[in-house]
Amino acid sequence: MEIKEILFYAIAAFTLFSAGIVAFSSKIIHSAFALLFTFMGFAALYVYLGADFLAVTQIIIYVGGILVLILFGVLMTQKIYDTKAITAHNTLWLSVGGGVFVALILAALLTKNVWLAGIPKAFAPTTEAIGKAILGHYLIPFEIASVLLLGALIGAVYLARAEDKEK
Amino acid sequence: MNTLMPYLIIGAIVFTLGIFTIIYKKNAVGILMGVELVLNSVNINFIAFAKFVDKGINGQVVAIFIIILAAAEAAIALAIILNIYRTKATVDVTQLNEMKH
Repeated sequence: MEIKEILFYAIAAFTLFSAGIVAFSSKIIHSAFALLFTFMGFAALYVYLGADFLAVTQIIIYVGGILVLILFGVLMTQKIYDTKAITAHNTLWLSVGGGVFVALILAALLTKNVWLAGIPKAFAPTTEAIGKAILGHYLIPFEIASVLLLGALIGAVYLARAEDKEK
Repeated sequence: MNTLMPYLIIGAIVFTLGIFTIIYKKNAVGILMGVELVLNSVNINFIAFAKFVDKGINGQVVAIFIIILAAAEAAIALAIILNIYRTKATVDVTQLNEMKH
């Protein structure tokens, strides 16, 4: 077994383990930090898939942006030192039932389908091709996404600002 | 590692864990984390298919759009959660039932 392969399975196990912690941890702050390792594991898997640009984007946007937002959300909405025993979870059997349902569907999909087998390609930088695709064939979705981001930005500021009209 | 299947299995397991998280957590921020897990698992499927089936970069471009949507969704969702916390002093989704008929 090659060292690359061993590393791949180690990264996969690491990612799945931290995703499991996100799901099962009863402390929300533990879930948030486990989510950090899940995102970084995914970035490593993107490198294995030859998506260098996306791996860096994953680190910058997910770890640097979304995770920091989530941590802010946790810290601002959670009384950390409040040990009042509100149960953190819904009933386990219902959640496990939902998870098993989804898992069965996905397992059936994975085993019943015949996926096309690909020929392994050498790693090549993808940044230039992605840039050309975004500004060429995918120009309209790109512009719509920019308008959506502007709308989300304005909406988030509008929703999160303090109500001071009636004062 | 050089086949499609390991990536699809990882994606499927993380998708399942994400759905489980969405159902299991009562904290609204926890539910948001589940949504992020689901979006990440979809992303890895797109990129794996882009490498092994499409052999182009269409899947990667779609993954970029998914990341953009995830960022917008996280910002809006956290703004809503902060607003709920300000008015209700809780983020427990089982306590938020004013809109129930």
